[in-house]
Amino acid sequence: MDRKTFVSSLFSVPDHVHRSERIVASGITPYAGAWGHDQVVHLLRRTGFGAPQNLVTQLSGLTMTAAVTLVLPPLGAAPPPPLTYYTTPADADGIAYGATWVNKEPTLNLVVVTPPRIDSYRAWWIDRMLTSGPSIHEKMVLFWHNHFATSSNNMFAAWMYKHNTVLRQYAMGNVKDFAKAITKDPCMLQFLNGNLNSAAAPDENYGRELQELFTVGKGSGSAYTEDDVKAAAKVLTGYRINYLTASGYYFDANQHDTGSKQFSAFYNNTVISGQSGAAGENELDAMLNMIFSVDETAKHIVRRLYMFFVYYNIDAAVETNVIEPLANILVSNNYDILPVLAALFKSEHFFDVANMSCYIKSPIDQVLGLVRELEVQLPADPAMKKEAQLRLYAYAANMGMAIHDIPQVAGWAAYYQTPAFHENWINSSTLAFRIDYAKALLNGINYGGATPLKPDLKAYVSTFTNPSDPNALVQEACDRLYRFPISQTGRDFLKGFLLSGGFGNDSYWVMAWDDYVQNPSDPGAINTVETRLKALFETMFSQSEIQIA
Amino acid sequence: MKRRQFLKNTAPAVVLPGIINNIPLTAFAENPILNSITQAHTETDRVLVMVFLNGGNDGLNTVLPLDQYTNLANARQNILIQQNQALALNGVNNTGLHPAMTGMRDLFNQGKMQIIQSVGYPQPDFSHFRATDIWLSASDSNEYLQSGWMGRYLDSEFPGFPTGYPNSVMPDPLAISIGANVPLLFQGPAAQMGMTVGTNIFDPWNTGLNDAPPGGYAGTELSYVRLIASQTQSYASRILNALIAQPTNGNFYPNIAEGNYLAEELKYVARTIKGGLKTRIYLVGLYGFDTHASQAEASNHSTGTHAQLLTHLSKALKGFQDDIAAMGIEDRVLTMVFSEFGRRIASNGSLGTDHGAAAPMFIMGSKIHGGVLGTNPSIPSVVSDNDNLSMQYDFRSVYASILSQWFCVPENVLQTIITHNYQQLPIVDPACITGIEEVNSLSDALKLTVYPNPMTTSAYAEFEIMDGFTRLELYDPLGRLMKVYVSTMKPAGKYKVYLENENFRPGNYFLRLENGPLQKTCNIIVTQ
Repeated sequence: MDRKTFVSSLFSVPDHVHRSERIVASGITPYAGAWGHDQVVHLLRRTGFGAPQNLVTQLSGLTMTAAVTLVLPPLGAAPPPPLTYYTTPADADGIAYGATWVNKEPTLNLVVVTPPRIDSYRAWWIDRMLTSGPSIHEKMVLFWHNHFATSSNNMFAAWMYKHNTVLRQYAMGNVKDFAKAITKDPCMLQFLNGNLNSAAAPDENYGRELQELFTVGKGSGSAYTEDDVKAAAKVLTGYRINYLTASGYYFDANQHDTGSKQFSAFYNNTVISGQSGAAGENELDAMLNMIFSVDETAKHIVRRLYMFFVYYNIDAAVETNVIEPLANILVSNNYDILPVLAALFKSEHFFDVANMSCYIKSPIDQVLGLVRELEVQLPADPAMKKEAQLRLYAYAANMGMAIHDIPQVAGWAAYYQTPAFHENWINSSTLAFRIDYAKALLNGINYGGATPLKPDLKAYVSTFTNPSDPNALVQEACDRLYRFPISQTGRDFLKGFLLSGGFGNDSYWVMAWDDYVQNPSDPGAINTVETRLKALFETMFSQSEIQIA
Repeated sequence: MKRRQFLKNTAPAVVLPGIINNIPLTAFAENPILNSITQAHTETDRVLVMVFLNGGNDGLNTVLPLDQYTNLANARQNILIQQNQALALNGVNNTGLHPAMTGMRDLFNQGKMQIIQSVGYPQPDFSHFRATDIWLSASDSNEYLQSGWMGRYLDSEFPGFPTGYPNSVMPDPLAISIGANVPLLFQGPAAQMGMTVGTNIFDPWNTGLNDAPPGGYAGTELSYVRLIASQTQSYASRILNALIAQPTNGNFYPNIAEGNYLAEELKYVARTIKGGLKTRIYLVGLYGFDTHASQAEASNHSTGTHAQLLTHLSKALKGFQDDIAAMGIEDRVLTMVFSEFGRRIASNGSLGTDHGAAAPMFIMGSKIHGGVLGTNPSIPSVVSDNDNLSMQYDFRSVYASILSQWFCVPENVLQTIITHNYQQLPIVDPACITGIEEVNSLSDALKLTVYPNPMTTSAYAEFEIMDGFTRLELYDPLGRLMKVYVSTMKPAGKYKVYLENENFRPGNYFLRLENGPLQKTCNIIVTQ
C-alpha cells in the first residue's frame, strides 16, 4: 500500500466515535486465569513506568499473587533529599555543592535561590521514578500528586520538597491521616490560600477543594452545600506557614474563627463547636472525622484510583462490581489504602482482557518508560545527571505533564475531564511532541554532557532471543514494546527498515548482525547495525501503538 | 435538507423575498454564505475568535461602575481603582475602564468594542472547573453536558466529523485552540471537532502499521490515536501553507519581551486567517485571573497582578484588531472575551477577591454594535462577604446571538445547540435585530418597579412590556434563581405581579424582567 492510499484508508476508519457500549462485568473476585507475558506487562505498565525487561523476567517467575505482593511492599526508608548539584549559579544561601538545601529556610533572595533549587527538586523526583523497582510506590506518589494537585507558582523549593515527602509518606498509607497532613502542608497552604484564611476574612478556596476534589467529590452521591464550603473554611482558619523554618506551619489561634460551624444534612447536620486557643486545631480532626464518615468519600477516592490505574469508563457495572466493593474495603480498613490496592490489582476485573491495551500512556509513562525499557544510561557525574533528568522533565512538560505544575487544582484533564479523559493526553500538539521525543532519544538528547542521552540499541537487541534473525528480532521488539499483536504485513513493513529500506532480503540483516557480533569493535560493523536499528525503532515509536499501555 | 445544501442549491434569484429561513434579508446583506453562493469566494468566510480569561476575571475592577463608587468603596476599599484613574469611554457616562486598558478604550471609542454588562447564569457555580464546563458546554448550572457549544455548532455544520475529513470542501481544521489541551468547548456529541496546535506539528513522521484495531476499549483508543496522527499531518501542511502565504504580522503588537503570550497567539491567528485557512473558530487564552491574593498593590491599586493581566489583554486585542484591519480581513472576524466567572463584590483581606458570579463580556470587531449593553451593576450600600452581582444577561444569550447573527444559524438548528430559548442581543451589525441604543432605551421603557421596597411580607412588581416572550425572576444575593413568577408569551401591556416573602433570608435580592430582546433588573431588599 502506498502512503497516500494508506492515509486515506485511515480516514475511513470510523471506529473511535462509537464509544464502547459493552459492559465489563467482572468484579474484584481474585483473578485465577493465565499468568503470562501479557498479564505481567499489564501489571508493570499500570503500576510502574514502562515494563523493563529485568522486571518482566522477575515477575514472570512468580505467581500472580506473589507478583502483586512484590508490587505492594511495606513503606521503605525515605530517600535521601535532593542535593545542590549545581554550580552556576551557586546556591545563593551558600549551601555547598553536593549538600542539601531542604533544611535551610528560604532567604529574602528568593528570585536567585529558588529556581535552581526547584530544578534540583524536580530532577530528584525524576530520578526517584526512573530508578523505581517493582514497587508501585512512585506511581502512587504521582497518583496522589494528581489528586492533591499543586504547582510551583509562588512556592519556595523547600515547601515543594516537603510536600513531596508528605505524598510519599502517605502514598500507601492512611488516607484520612494523609488529608490531615496535606491540610497543614505549607505548599498546600500556599497553593489554595489556606495561609490567608482568617476569621476576619475567610478564604473558601481550600475548604471548597477539600470537599469537591480531595474527599467527597461531586459524584452522584455527593450533596454537600455552599454553606458546607463556608463552614469548612471557618474550621480551617488560622493555619499559617512558618517562614522561620524551611517548611513548617503553625496555628495562629488569633486568626481562628471560634464560632460554631453548622454543616448540612449531607453531614448529618453536624455542628463543630468553635474552640479557642491551641484547641482550635482540634476542629480539623472533628471535620475530617465528619467528612470521612460519609461513604461517598471512599467511593470518590476509589473512582480516582480506578481512572488512574484501570480505565476511565465507570459505568453502572463498574460502579456496582468494582467501585462499591473497593470503597467498602477502604471504609472497613479505616481508610488504609493498601488493602484496596491489593484487592484491585489481584482482581479479575484488573486482568480482564477488556481492560488491557486501552490505557493511553501519560507523558511521564511515555518519557520515563522508554528510558527504562531501552535501558538508557544516565551520566555518572551528578551535575550532568541532574541536567539529563531535567531534560526528561521538560519533554514530559511539553507533552502536557509538568510534575509539580498541574494547571488545574482538579488535576490533569486526563483524569477528570469528560468525556475524553485519557484521550486528552493526545492531541495534534502533544502527539507531535511524543514522537519528537522518541526520535530525539534515539538520536541522542543533548543536555550538556559529554555523551548524549541515548540507548545502546545493539546492546538492547542483544538480549533478544535471536537478534540475528530479522523476523524474530521484529517479533520480539513488537512483543516488548507494543500491547497489540502485529500482523505479518505490519512486521514485514517494520523489517524493511532492517533491510536497507525494504529492498534487501533477510540475509542482509543476518550478515550485518553476524559481522557485528564477530567484530564488536569494528566501527563499520557497528555503524551498519546501529543505522538500521535506529530506523526500525524510530518507525516503531512513530506508530500509534506505542502510545498505549 | 441540511442548511448548507439548501443554501448551495439556492439560486441568487430565490433570495429576493424578504425572509430566508426566518431571518430577514437584511441580515444577509453581507452574509458570507450568500456571498459564497453568488461569488464562490471563500475569502469572505467568517471567523470567531474566543479569548478565555482563565481563573475568573474581576469584572468590577475591569469595567468600573462610576455611579456606584460610594457603595463600591465600602465593599472593596483595599483594591478599588481610584475613580479619577478610570479611563473614560466616548458617549458613556458613569462607566469607565481599568487604567491598564488603553487599547480596549481606543477600540471602544472606534466603535469596535461592545461591553455586555453582568453576564452570568442562574445558580452560579463557584468551582473553577465546573464553572468552566458550564461556560464551555452552555449547560444549566445543574445540567451536565458532555459536549461543548462550539462542538455542537460544528457538528451541525460538519456532521459525521471526523470520518471523511479533511476533504475538498473543508480541507482545514474546523476549530483550532492554541495551547496544550483540547477543551470541552470543541467536543461534539460524538467526536472532538477541534484541534490543538503547537509549533512542532510541522515535522512529518513515519506511519505504516495499519492492522485492524481490536474490539473494545483497546480498539477505541488505538483508533483514536491513529486518527489524530493522520489528521494532524494533513492539517499541519495546510496550516503551514497558510503561514507561508502570510509570513508576517503588522507592527501593532507589544514587544515579545513583555511576555504577552496572548498577543503571540493572536499574531498566529491573524496570519492563518489572512493566509487562507478556512478554520472558523479559534480559541486562545490568558491565564492567571484567579486573583485571591494581591490582585492589586496596596500602595497603588492600579498596579499589581490584575493590572498586568488587563495590560496583556488590552494590548493583545488592540494589536490583533489593528493587524487584521491592515490585512484587510477585519470585517470577517468577530472576537469574544469571556471568563468562567466574575468575582465577589467585596474584596478579601489579602488584597484579592474570591470566586463570584456575573461579570462583563467583551465583543470586538468591525461588524458589531459598539457600546455598552446593559446598565452598571447595582452595588448595595451594605455588602456581605458572600454577595454577588446579579446577572443581567445569560451567557447563552450571547452565544445564541453570535450563532444566529454571525454564523446565521437558523432558529431550529440553534435550538439543538443552545438548548433553551434565549434572548437575541444586539451584537452583530448589520444583523437582523434592533440596535443597541434602542434596546437599552426600550429596556428602560419596561418601567419595572417594586413596592413596597424593602419587602417584608409581600410586594408588587409592576412593568410594561411589548408583545413577546416574557419572564420575571427573583435572584438572591448570591445570584441564585429563587423564583420564576412569569415565563410565557404575553401580549403587550401593563402588568402587576404579586410577590410573597417565602421566608427568604434577608438581603439584597434582584428582580429580573425579560421581554423579547429586552431585559431590566431592579433591586429588592428583603427584610423580616
